Amino acid sequence: MDLKTPAPVAAAADTAIPAAKVDIAPLLLVPVLMLAMVPLVGSFPTWVTLTVAGLAMGMMIFIMASGLTLVFGLMDVLNFGHGAFVSVGAYAATLVIIPMQGWMEADSLLMNLSVLALAITVAMVVTALLGWAFERIIIEPVYGQHLKQILITMGGMIVAEQLINVIWGAEQIALPLPTSLRGAIVLGDAAIEKYRLVAVVVGVVVFATMFLVLNRTKIGLLIRAGVENREMVEAMGYRIRRLFVAVFAAGSALAGLGGVMWGLYKETLTAAMGGEIMVMVFIVIIIGGLGSVGGCFIGALLMALVANYAGFLAPKVALVSNIVLMIAILLWRPAGMYSNLRR
Amino acid sequence: MSEPLLQLSGVHTHIGEYHILQGVDLVVPRGGLSVLLGRNGAGKTTTLRTIMGLWKASAGSVRFDGRDIAGMSTPEIAQAGIAYVPESMAVFSDLTVRENLFLAARSGPLDEARVEWIFGFFPALKKFWNYPAGNLSGGQKQMVAIARAIVEPRKLILIDEPTKGLAPAIIQSLIAAFRELKETDTTILLVEQNFSFVKSLGDTVSVMDDGRVVHAGAMRDLVDDQDLQQRLLGLSLDSHQ
Repeated sequence: MDLKTPAPVAAAADTAIPAAKVDIAPLLLVPVLMLAMVPLVGSFPTWVTLTVAGLAMGMMIFIMASGLTLVFGLMDVLNFGHGAFVSVGAYAATLVIIPMQGWMEADSLLMNLSVLALAITVAMVVTALLGWAFERIIIEPVYGQHLKQILITMGGMIVAEQLINVIWGAEQIALPLPTSLRGAIVLGDAAIEKYRLVAVVVGVVVFATMFLVLNRTKIGLLIRAGVENREMVEAMGYRIRRLFVAVFAAGSALAGLGGVMWGLYKETLTAAMGGEIMVMVFIVIIIGGLGSVGGCFIGALLMALVANYAGFLAPKVALVSNIVLMIAILLWRPAGMYSNLRR
Repeated sequence: MSEPLLQLSGVHTHIGEYHILQGVDLVVPRGGLSVLLGRNGAGKTTTLRTIMGLWKASAGSVRFDGRDIAGMSTPEIAQAGIAYVPESMAVFSDLTVRENLFLAARSGPLDEARVEWIFGFFPALKKFWNYPAGNLSGGQKQMVAIARAIVEPRKLILIDEPTKGLAPAIIQSLIAAFRELKETDTTILLVEQNFSFVKSLGDTVSVMDDGRVVHAGAMRDLVDDQDLQQRLLGLSLDSHQ
């Protein structure tokens, strides 16, 4: 087709530059909270230890929650069975870790990390496949029906937990850390557990990867567009159903990764471990803004830091700190800190 | 006479318990701009959504470019060569203007020559290329929505009430843009209530009422016949000039 250059037709009156909206208030919450706690905690080394522990816990919760917030944002699915993927991921990792116990106990960082990388890969593949099957068998018949979604996904989680008991037994399984990641690094008077630093690094890598995928790739743009208007994405010729399944499987794989991280952090596995952490996961995605990966990241860090600081300063308050934080955030922003996937 | 690009025959569409389209017969010839007129609730938007497969026809056939598309999914219909600009514009507000167009370009990266051609219609899009579409005004969003539909060559573009809620200056811009688009190979089916907007643009016109097409013919005939306008649209041309 010959594209002739047309005469400009836009009205001059309609070309005012729109103001770009930059919402940085939620971004400031974490550093402000951390700095505000320095004088209250009193001891700087103690503050460092509490802060790194909070950041590590927050990163692990973020990894587990990020998949769920994507699934809700894109597919409008309330998956109360998400915890099953956390448990299955952790147990799937034992398929590698237990037979390769010698490598875990070797005094070699390379051997230790090789086992961990393989265990994480297996866990993510298993949970992605389980997520795919879960979506096709359990979720697919109840799209658009929230009440049924809650009931059937909770049922799915119960079945998954019982299957774990059938396959691996009902007893707790010990999951010791590899030799190189045990102990702490001492900086001045502050002791920082090595594994917590690893958790922070993994969390940052996962967040950066998700941020890049959502903002720099066509798949990511389609996910963000699909969250906003699924119908229009289809009208542009994209099969959003396939995207749904892929996002569900990816979200399940992230939960599997989170399960491995969480299991190593706790050093024991139970079939119910995923279900037990779901309350925290839901609080994080609610305060972050349903569907927002950035909000989920900030929410997870905030919740874990608040819990750690409260546990040190006022242990009884720590029991309700998560709920108090959620109430405060929702009073400030009823839809959560961010309500889309970009931020 | 060549086969029309789009032909609806006896199309019925139900939405829940409501019987909206009650046997629509509509012909869109290849090339040029066809207009679908009608009052609120006549079934114009439902007709477009049924063509796109967003609502399924409960009876009748929808033939596009020689094949029946009534049973096809929405993505398949779009891939067959139909672009859709909904009444709500449906721009992805969190994405930039560039990202909106990038997604609409299914076959690959943006064709720079074509983008420059679009900037010729809508210079504002160049200015706001990297701004989130959600920050734009209503008129600018409409430009993004139309640009998305033409960012790659399509056989047919369905446009639903593009002038709704827009300032007169923007409407003049759109008239000029559609006039330019008519010169390309693209066929346009434009749904409107604003007769003064389409009277100089349309080649053919169909008028809907109560879920049926009650008149079809050349736009010139309707423009020249005020009695027909009064009868079909309940207006006199004078009041819209």
